[in-house]
Amino acid sequence: MSKELIHLNNISKSFDGQMVLDELDLTIHENEFVTLLGPSGCGKTTTLRILGGFTQPDTGRVIFDGQDITKIPPNKRALNTVFQKYALFTHMTIAENIAFGLKIKKKSKSYIDDKIRYALKLVNLEGYENRSPDSLSGGQQQRIAIARAIVNEPRVLLLDEPLGALDLKLRQEMQYELIRMKNELGITFVYVTHDQEEALTMSDTIVVMNQGYIQQIGSPESIYNEPENAFVADFIGDSNIIPAVMIEDKLVSILGTRFACVDTGFGHNKPVDVVIRPEDVELTAPSDGILQGVVTHLIFKGVHYEMEVMAGGFEWLVHSTVMQPVGQEVGIKVDPFNIQIMNKPESEDEEAVAIEI
Amino acid sequence: MRNTAKRIYVALIILFLYAPIGTLMVLSFNASKTRAKWGGFTFKWYIELFQNEEILRALFNTMLIALLSALAATVIGTVACIAMTGMKRRTKSIMMGITNIPMLNAEIVTGISLMLLYISLGIKFGIGTILLSHITFNIPYVILSVMPRMKQLNPSTYEAALDLGASHLTAFFKVVLPDLLPGILSGFLMAFTMSLDDFIITHFTKGVGVDTLSTKIYTEVKKGIKPEMYALSTLIFVAVLTLLLLINLSPDKKTS
Amino acid sequence: MKSKNKWLSAPYMLWSVVFIIIPLGMILYYGLTDKTGAFTLNNIIAITTAGHAKALRLSILLSLISTLVCFLLGYPLAMILANMKAGRHNFIILIFILPMWMNFLLRTLAWQTLLEKNGVINNVLTFLNLPALKIINTPAAIVLGMVYNFLPFMILPLYNALSKIDRNVINAAHDLGADSVYTFIRIILPLSVPGIISGVTMVFVPALTTFVISALLGGSKLLLIGDVIEQEFTRTSNWHLGSGLSIVLMVFIIINMVLSAVFDKDGEGSML
Repeated sequence: MSKELIHLNNISKSFDGQMVLDELDLTIHENEFVTLLGPSGCGKTTTLRILGGFTQPDTGRVIFDGQDITKIPPNKRALNTVFQKYALFTHMTIAENIAFGLKIKKKSKSYIDDKIRYALKLVNLEGYENRSPDSLSGGQQQRIAIARAIVNEPRVLLLDEPLGALDLKLRQEMQYELIRMKNELGITFVYVTHDQEEALTMSDTIVVMNQGYIQQIGSPESIYNEPENAFVADFIGDSNIIPAVMIEDKLVSILGTRFACVDTGFGHNKPVDVVIRPEDVELTAPSDGILQGVVTHLIFKGVHYEMEVMAGGFEWLVHSTVMQPVGQEVGIKVDPFNIQIMNKPESEDEEAVAIEI
Repeated sequence: MRNTAKRIYVALIILFLYAPIGTLMVLSFNASKTRAKWGGFTFKWYIELFQNEEILRALFNTMLIALLSALAATVIGTVACIAMTGMKRRTKSIMMGITNIPMLNAEIVTGISLMLLYISLGIKFGIGTILLSHITFNIPYVILSVMPRMKQLNPSTYEAALDLGASHLTAFFKVVLPDLLPGILSGFLMAFTMSLDDFIITHFTKGVGVDTLSTKIYTEVKKGIKPEMYALSTLIFVAVLTLLLLINLSPDKKTS
Repeated sequence: MKSKNKWLSAPYMLWSVVFIIIPLGMILYYGLTDKTGAFTLNNIIAITTAGHAKALRLSILLSLISTLVCFLLGYPLAMILANMKAGRHNFIILIFILPMWMNFLLRTLAWQTLLEKNGVINNVLTFLNLPALKIINTPAAIVLGMVYNFLPFMILPLYNALSKIDRNVINAAHDLGADSVYTFIRIILPLSVPGIISGVTMVFVPALTTFVISALLGGSKLLLIGDVIEQEFTRTSNWHLGSGLSIVLMVFIIINMVLSAVFDKDGEGSML
C-alpha cells in the first residue's frame, strides 16, 4: 500500500461527560478513499471534525505527513472539508465562493479565474460563475461545495455525509462522480456516511465504527464477506446471525445440526456466532437439505425474491431468484465457504472492543 | 480568559440596562421626598400608594387598556395571518408592508396622525381613543410573532384533520390553533408590554382628565414625581419578574 | 380554506385603511395646506427657519451618534449571546424586554438621579478619586438616554440575525484558510446585514423623533425636532405647521423603510 499520510494516535473525546471517541487509532494512506461508516452517534463525524481541526481531542495526537497538527487551527491545515448541507456562502456568487480560499492565499486574478473554470468543469457546472447559491438545486450546491474545496489543492478532502440531503437517484449519480473526481485529482478522500451501500460502492477502505470504537477496518469485500463481529455483520447488508457451537476445526453445529465450514482455530465446543448472508442460503428439496423448514413469508423484490424460512427454530432470511410459495416445505444448504464464524462477545461492552491495527 | 472578558461585558451591559430600575426601587424606600437625598428607609410610600386614588385610577386605566388592546390586537392579528397565507404573493407583501408602517414609523407621527383622524371624525377623546390607538400599534407585534409560526405550519396536518372527518372549524381549533399558540401567546405578551410602556401615542390621543400611568408621570415631571409612583413601579416590576421566574423555573417547561 | 380567506382578511384590511392609511393622509393634507385650506408648501419650507433647522440638525446628529454607539455596544454583545448554548433564546429576549415593565419615563428619569452632580455615579467616581461627570442637561445626557432606551432594539435583531448563521458556514471559511478577522469581515458581517439594517432603523427612527428623552435629560434649552413638533400640537396648536414638519421627518423614515425593504426581503432581521 502507498505511503502513510494521516495517523490518528490514541484519540479520545467526550462531550458533557459522554464518551464519543475512546482511544481511537487510525491510519490513512495517500490517495486512499477511506469511508468512516456507522450509525449516528458512533463518533464518525467527531473523528472527521478532529481531522479538520474544528474539534480538539481530549487526548491523543493527529499526525499529518509526519507532523503533529493537533493544535494547528483549521485555516492552517492542508485539508479541506465538504460540509453537511454544503455551508455555501449565500451572500456571494458561485465564482466568489470558489475563489474564497484562493483570494486568502493571494493568488493572481488569472490563476483564480483558471481555477474557477477548471473546478466548474470538474463538477459539470460550467457557466454557473455568476449564479447565486440559492438558485441551485441541492445536487448542484453539493458540487459547488466540492469545487470550492478542491481548488485549494488539499492533500486530503474531508466529506461529511455530503450526499445525505439528496434523493436516491441523484445520490447514486454523485457516487460515480465522486469516484471519478477522486481518480482525476489523485488525492485522499475521507468520507463520512451512515449509508452502507454508499460505503461499499465508493471506498478503498471502510472503517466501521460504533459507540466510539472502530469495529473493523478493511476493503468493502472483506467487510461484507468476513465481518469480524455481529455488529459489523448486522450493520452491513442483511444477514442471518445465528448462535452456534464450534465443535472442532471446520465443523460447526448450527441450531443442533452439523455444518461443514472452512474456519479453524476456534477451539473445541466453543460457543460462537455464525453469519450467513441471505443470498448464500440455498433452498433445495427437503430431502437434499441439511436442515428442513417451511417458507413463512414471501416478498418480490425485483432482482430476487425475499423469503423467510422457519427451520430449526430460527427464522432464516433467504434471497433467491427462484420463488418458493408460502407453506412450501424446503431444505436448507449452505456452502462451507459462505459460513462466517465470529467469536461471541463475552459481555455487552466487549461487543464494542477497540481493534488493534 | 476570553470567556471571562465576555462575561464581564455582558454583565456590564445588563448593569447599564438595569441600573435605573435598581435606582427606582431604592427610591421607593426613601423617606426623603426628593430624589437627591437619602432620608432613611420607609414603607410609607407603599401605604400611601393605596390611598392615592389618582394613581390607582391611572393604574386601572393602564391595565384595562393594555389588556383590551392586546386582546383585540391578538384576535385581529391572528385572523389576518391566517387570511394572508392564502393570498397572492403581491397582495401579501403589500399587506406586510402596511403592517410594518406603525413599527417603522415614528411614534410621534403615528400619534399625531391618529389625533388628527379622531378630530376630523369627531370622536370624543378618552379611553376609547387610547384603546383604538393601542390596538393599531399592537397588531404588528402580533402579526410578526404569529407569521413565522404560520410559515412553519404543515398544511397537511389541516388536510389530514379534514380527511379524518373533522369539519373546517374543528380542524382549525384542534389542529391549526394549537400549533400557532406559542406565537399567539408571545404576540399577546409583546402587545401587552408595548401598550403598558407606551407614552408618546397615548400623549396625543388621550382626553383631558383621562390618564394612564405614563401620562400621569409626564405631568408630574415638572412638579416632582410622587414617591408613590416609585413604589407602584417597584411592585409591578417585582410582580412580573416573579411571574416570569416561576414560568421559567417550572419543571415541565417546554423548550420551543 | 382559501375561499374563506377573502373575508377573513377584511377586518385587518379595514383597520389598516382607517387607522394607518387615512391618518397618514390627514398629515399630508394638514401639512400641505394653510388654515384656510389652501395648498401651500410653507409648512414644509418652515424647516429651513433658523430654530427649526437647528433642532433638526441636533436631532440628526444625536440620533446618528446614538445609533453608532448602540451598534458598537450591541454587535459584540449579540455575537457573544449568539454563540452561547442554544435553548436560551427566549431567556435572552426576555432580559432585554423585561425593563419595559418599569415605566419608560421613570426609567429615563432615574438617570437624572444617577447622573446628578451629587448623584450615585459621581459619588462612586469621587470615591475612586476620579473626576466627576457633568453631563446632565447636555447633549451627552440625551445620547445616553437614547442609547439606554433603544439599545435592546439594536441587540435583538442583531442577535436574531447572528444566531441564524449556520455554524458550518463559519467553519467552512476557516477550513478554506480564513482567520477570525477575515471570516468576520467577509462572512459574519455581510450575513448579519438584515439584522444591522433592522437594528439601525429601530434605533435611528425613535431617536430622531423623540421629544421625551430631551425633555427629561436635556434640560429646557436643548430642543430636538420632536420637541418642536410636539409643541406645535400641544401648545401653539398650529397643526398645519406641525404636520408640515412631520412630513419632513417622514422623508427620513421612508428612506429608512426603503433601505430595510431592499436589504431584508425575508424579514430575517426582525426583532422577535
